[in-house]
Amino acid sequence: MASYDTTQEYINHHLTNAKMCTADGGIAFNKACADAGFWTLHVDTIGSSVLIGVCFLYFFWRIGKKATIGVPSKTQAFVEMIVEFVDDNVKSSFNGTSRLIAPLALTIFVWVLLMNLTDLIPVDLFPWIAGLIGQYAFGMDPKDVYLKIVPTTDINTTFALAIGVFILIIFYSLRVKGIKGFAKELTMQPLNHWVFIPFNLVIEIVTLLARPLSLSLRLFGNLYASELIFILIATIGYLQLPLHFAWAVFHILVLPLQAFIFMMLTIVYLSLACEEH
Amino acid sequence: MNFNATLIGQLIAFTVFVAFCMKYVWPPLIGAIEERQKKIADGLAASDKATKDLELAKSSATDQVREAKVQASQIIDQAKKRANQLVEEETQKGHAEREKIIAQGYAEVEAEKNRVKEDLRKQVGLLAIAGAQRILAREIDADAQKDIVAKLVQEL
Repeated sequence: MASYDTTQEYINHHLTNAKMCTADGGIAFNKACADAGFWTLHVDTIGSSVLIGVCFLYFFWRIGKKATIGVPSKTQAFVEMIVEFVDDNVKSSFNGTSRLIAPLALTIFVWVLLMNLTDLIPVDLFPWIAGLIGQYAFGMDPKDVYLKIVPTTDINTTFALAIGVFILIIFYSLRVKGIKGFAKELTMQPLNHWVFIPFNLVIEIVTLLARPLSLSLRLFGNLYASELIFILIATIGYLQLPLHFAWAVFHILVLPLQAFIFMMLTIVYLSLACEEH
Repeated sequence: MNFNATLIGQLIAFTVFVAFCMKYVWPPLIGAIEERQKKIADGLAASDKATKDLELAKSSATDQVREAKVQASQIIDQAKKRANQLVEEETQKGHAEREKIIAQGYAEVEAEKNRVKEDLRKQVGLLAIAGAQRILAREIDADAQKDIVAKLVQEL
């Protein structure tokens, strides 16, 4: 952090995503995108999350293609362990039958877990490499090169996941209960009388919306906070080494737990959506 | 919190990943797991059945061995009995044979004795005649006493 004037500047730099947008008919980056509004892409978030997702799926796909029912190789046993773990959770929590729910849970669990695990990479490593490349390849000031590699510390990622789940909740509710059943569920609960329809509607819609909101904000909050603390620890000189270690060890628990919670809640919400009253 | 087009990008990525996982990743893996589980269950059931079969075979084998032992002792008893019988019979036959041979021997010896006796008589007669001849040669012609000699021989 030696090259930064203030701690404030250092922290702000490390918490800023690399942006890309179209400005003046061409492609612009970072500070030039300040006015681009909604049509801005966080290229670092998308890049690292897609890279992680492709690696995960390619690995699982290759193992699945070579999977034998005989004695499995160690890699296959490892993959099967994860698949069975997810499958057990789906079977114990999800009552309906769906071909989508288990692969969905597997994708969420492993993808989110891997994205979370990038939080354990030393906070300065990738910004420093990106700064060097920017400085020597493009002649930029390294302070103007931004790179935040943990995709789950970007609220866009967690909201995208939650919106995906939310769409599925609506889809399954409509498919299992029909439009009438779903409308009835929104208006006739918890107080089953026509007088309370507006009251019920408000409560049920809040309940419905709270699900994706809590899903995404929980994950985002946890990861953003832990990333922020990693960055704060990085500002205090050599004392950071034991602190970093302690905080990282703590996150060996937190990161998988967040991925697991996201997966479990997805399963539970979809199970509720499939339930008939 | 700045929401932007990244949200849409991530949503597309998420959808594509889930679709890929559902189509190409999940089915072969869970298929392999479930098939293996079935195979293991079948194997365990087969081994249970084999153990049961083995027990049955063991008990039936014990029964057969016991039966065989009983039969064997019966056969041995019969054989002993028969052997005793045979020995008895042979002994009796042997005795009879011995008696017969001895009797034959006696008869032969008797016949020989008689023949020898006859020979001896003849020779004693001839000897007596020779003696008498020598005595009589001094006095009488042998021819004159021939009838007497013959008479003597007959009397012997």
